[in-house]
Amino acid sequence: MKILNNPLQARNKEEIFSEEIRQDIDCWIAKYPPEWKQSAVMAALRIMQDDNGGWLTTELMDDVAEYLDMSPIHVYEVATFYSMYELKPVGKHKICICTNIACMINDSDSIVKHLKKKLEIGFGEVTEDGRFSLKEVECLGACGGAPMFQIGRKYYENLTPQVVDSILDGLE
Amino acid sequence: MTDELVTIEVDGRELKAKPGTMLIDVTDAAGINIPRFCYHKKLSVSANCRMCLVEVEKVPKPLPACCTPVNEGMKVSTRSPMALGAQKGTMEFLLINHPLDCPICDQGGECELQDVAVGYGSDVSRYSEAKRVVPQRDIGPLIATDFTRCIHCTRCVRFGAEIAGVRELGATGRGEHMTIGTFVEKSVDSEMSGNVIDLCPVGSLTAKPSRYKARAWELTQHDSVAPHDSVGSNIHVHTRNNRVVRVHPKENESINEIWLSDRDRFSYEGLNSEDRLTQPMVRKNGEWQEVEWQEALEFAVKGLQSAAGSDGDQLATLVSANSTLEELYLAQKLTRGMDSGNIDHRLRQSDFRLDGNDSPVPGLGITIQGIESLDAALLVGSNVRKEQPIIAHRLRKAAKSGAKVSFINPLWIDLHFEADQFVSTPAVMVDNLASIAKAASAKLTGNLAKLVKAAEVSETAKSVAEQLKSANNGVIMLGNQAAAHPDYSLLVVLASAIAEATNTSLSYIPALSNSVGAALAGALPHRGPAASLVEKCGANAQMMQSKPRKAYLLMGAEPGFDFWDPSLINSALDQAECVVALTAYHSESLASCADVMLPIAGFAETSGTLVNAEGTWQSFNGLVKPQGDARPAWKVLRVLGNLLDIDGFDQNSSDDVLEELKSHAAETAIDNSVSTKTAGELNSSTEGLYRIGDVPMYASDALVRRASSLQRTNSAEPAAVRLSANQAKSSDVEEEETLVVVQDGNRAQLPLIIDPRVPDGAVWISSALPGTEKLGGQFGVVTLEKA
Repeated sequence: MKILNNPLQARNKEEIFSEEIRQDIDCWIAKYPPEWKQSAVMAALRIMQDDNGGWLTTELMDDVAEYLDMSPIHVYEVATFYSMYELKPVGKHKICICTNIACMINDSDSIVKHLKKKLEIGFGEVTEDGRFSLKEVECLGACGGAPMFQIGRKYYENLTPQVVDSILDGLE
Repeated sequence: MTDELVTIEVDGRELKAKPGTMLIDVTDAAGINIPRFCYHKKLSVSANCRMCLVEVEKVPKPLPACCTPVNEGMKVSTRSPMALGAQKGTMEFLLINHPLDCPICDQGGECELQDVAVGYGSDVSRYSEAKRVVPQRDIGPLIATDFTRCIHCTRCVRFGAEIAGVRELGATGRGEHMTIGTFVEKSVDSEMSGNVIDLCPVGSLTAKPSRYKARAWELTQHDSVAPHDSVGSNIHVHTRNNRVVRVHPKENESINEIWLSDRDRFSYEGLNSEDRLTQPMVRKNGEWQEVEWQEALEFAVKGLQSAAGSDGDQLATLVSANSTLEELYLAQKLTRGMDSGNIDHRLRQSDFRLDGNDSPVPGLGITIQGIESLDAALLVGSNVRKEQPIIAHRLRKAAKSGAKVSFINPLWIDLHFEADQFVSTPAVMVDNLASIAKAASAKLTGNLAKLVKAAEVSETAKSVAEQLKSANNGVIMLGNQAAAHPDYSLLVVLASAIAEATNTSLSYIPALSNSVGAALAGALPHRGPAASLVEKCGANAQMMQSKPRKAYLLMGAEPGFDFWDPSLINSALDQAECVVALTAYHSESLASCADVMLPIAGFAETSGTLVNAEGTWQSFNGLVKPQGDARPAWKVLRVLGNLLDIDGFDQNSSDDVLEELKSHAAETAIDNSVSTKTAGELNSSTEGLYRIGDVPMYASDALVRRASSLQRTNSAEPAAVRLSANQAKSSDVEEEETLVVVQDGNRAQLPLIIDPRVPDGAVWISSALPGTEKLGGQFGVVTLEKA
C-alpha cells in the first residue's frame, strides 16, 4: 500500500541515498512489478546494513521506508522479524553459530563454550576491540558439516576448538 | 465464477451462498455462531488466530471458516468433536500468554476473549510455566495500552493500513517476541484512531479517557447522533449515574458504517468541563451575578424589548449551526416574531453576495454512501480528512477503486489517498478554478465570464476538466475553507458552471452538524423555514456585525472562537445595549460582552434533531439531566417567546416543535441549484501577506474545545504563525521567533513555525485557538512585526 503524506514534506528520492546505494537498491526494485516496489525491502535493508558496518539504525530504516514509499512501521516489522538484520552494533566479524539439533548432537556446545571463553563475550555481545560479536542462530542448512558457524558470508564446517582458533586467527 | 448460488450444509442446515464467499460470512448471515478473533467483516482476512476452525466433510484437518470459500455440496460442522476439539485447543494456546487480569481490565464484561473462553475453552489451564510480559507503552492520550493482554489478532494493524490509511501500529518481532506497537516512541495520531479500541477483541487497547470509570454492566446504552461534523455519525452513548461515561459508534452502513472519528468519540469530555454554566447569570452594574431563571428571563426580555422593541431591525440573532433543528426553528421564529429578519447561522462566512441566488438547501446532493461510487471529484477549499473524517474515508474508498480526486486549496493537506493538489494563495484559488472552468468551456456571464476569459488554461486544469467530463459520476465539492473564503460567491458560481459544463453535480460539504438543518429551519436572513425566500430580507451575519445592532441574541456561539472575524463581533457586541447569550459554558469570551447568560443543555442532555450533509433527519432523546439549572435551549426560547408575547410559542415538547417545522419543511430536499452565472469582483488579493485561517479539527465548536484528552493530542496544536521557508526568508523572520501579527489594527503575539504546507505569499494562522481570539477575519491581509 502506498502511503501518501504531504508531498512537500517528502524528500526527493535522490537525496535519500548515495548514487551507489540507489543503483544497488534500484536493481532490486526492477525485479518486481512497479506496484510491488516494497518487495525490495529485504534487499534494501541488507544493502543498508552492509553499508553501515553490519547493523541498522532507526534512521536508516526510515530512509528505506521513504525510498520505497512504505510506512516506517512496515519496515520495522520486517527488520525485527528476520534474524539476519541487526538493530544493535555488531563486531567487524559476526560469528553466527548454529546450535540446532544436528550441530548440537555434534557438540556445538563445546564450540560455543570455547568461543565465549576465548572472546570473553556472551551471545549478543561485542568484544571490547569491536572485532567480534557472537550470535546464536537456528539451522543454517549445513548439517552435513555440523557443527558449523557463519562469519560474514562464509560457512565454516566440521568445527573443533583448534579449527575455530585457526579460523579466528586467520581473520583480519 | 457464475452468479448461481451453491448449496452447502452447516450443522445439518441447508444454506445458499454465492460460490467463493467465505464460510464465516455465510454462517454469520444465517445466524450460526463461529468463534473468531482476527476475522472482522470490515477488514481483510488474515486467518492468524485459528479460532474459527470447523470441520468440513472429506477434509482431514479442521479448516478456518474465515478463509474457506464455500463450494457446492460442502458439508460443514461447527460443533463436531473435531471442530470443538480444535477450538478448545486454540483457546488454550491463546490463553497461555494472556494474563487473565480481568478484574482490573477495562474490557472485562465486554471482552470477546472472555466470552469465547467461556463458550469454547476449557475450565482449567494446563500451562504452569512463566507468562510473557510486554513493557507498557504510551501511544497518546486517547488509547490506553496493555500489550501483555494482546493475542496478536492484528485487527488494529489492518485497521491502520486498510481503513485509517496510515500504518501507525505494527507487529514487530516474531514468535513469542512478537508485540504490537509503534516500535519507536510515538503516539498514534490518526483522526480515526479510536476505532482500534472497538476492534481490539481483548483489553490491549482501551479508551484512556474512560479508563477505570465504569464497568460495562453498570452502563446504560442510548442511541444518539454525533454533534460535530455534518456526517451525523450514529453513536451509542453510555451513561452511568446521570453522566456520560463514553461514546461508541452505532452501526449504520449508510452513514458511518461502524466507524467513528476521534472527535465524535471523545468530545463528550467537554460536557463535564469546569466552566459549564449551571446557573443563569446577569450583569448588574458591571458585575456578574447568579440569579434564578425567572429573574434572568425577565432581565433578558426587558433588555431585548427596550433595545429592539420598537425597531425590529435592532435585534440581531446569531446562532451556531450545531444547535438542533428545534432550537434553530424557534430562534428564527422568535427573531421574526420581534419583527426582525436578522438571523444567521453562517458565522464563518464573510461573502454573502450570492444570497438570493444561492443554493436553497446546500448539502452533499448525493448520499454519503454514494461518495464511494464516484469516479471523479474536485474538492475546493476543503481539508476533508480533518473536517469530515467519515466523508474522507468514503472518498478514500472511491479513490482506491480508481476515482480521480483533486483539490484546490490554500494549503497542502495531509491525505490518506492519492489525489492531485493545487495549492495557492486564496486569490489564486479563484484563478485556478476559473482556469478549469475555461478548460471545461463553462458558460458564465458578466464579471465571471471576463475572469474566465482572462484565465490561462494550464495542463493540470485541462486534465481536471477532462477527468470531470469523462466521469459518469463526478462531483465538485465545496468545503469549509471555501465557505470562509472572501470570494465564496465566485467559487460557488464557478463550481456550479463547471458542474453544468462537465455534467457532474455541485456538492457542498456542510461544516457543522446541523448546517443543512439550519437552512431547513429558516435560520437565514433571506430564507424562512423550508428555505423559501422571505419578502423582507434581513441582515446577514456580516452586516449584523459591521453595522452594530442594539440587541443581540447568541445561541451556542462564542464570540472569540466561532466567528469569521472575532474582532468585528467583539466590537459589535461591545457597542450593543443588550446581549443575551444562550450558552452551555461560562466562557470568558462571552462574559466580557454579554449581559445575560442563560445556561442551556449540552450534547446528550437535550432531545432534538440534526440534519446531516445528505439531508437525513436524525432525532435523539435527552439522555442525561442537564447540569445544574441548565435547560434545553428550545425550552428557553419557548419561554422567551411567551414572555415577549409572540404567538405560536406553546409547544410542550421538542417533538411538537419538530412537528411544526415538519409541516413546512418535511418535503424540502437538498437543493444545490445556483440561479446566476455571474458574481461580483474579486475580494481577495495577491498584494501583501494573506492570512489563511482554517478551523483546526479540535477547535471546531465549544464542546470539542473543552474535551481535555483531545486537546492533549498532537492534532491539537497551539496557535502559531506558519510560513514557508521562502516566505520567512523574504519576510526576514526566523523559525521559533515570536512575532506580532497585525490584522486590521488587531495584534496577537505568536511563535513562528516554518511549514512547507503554506504557499508563498500566504501566512497560515488558524482561527478558533486561544491567542487568535482578538484577530481579524479568517482570510485577509496581515503584517508581521518582530516582538
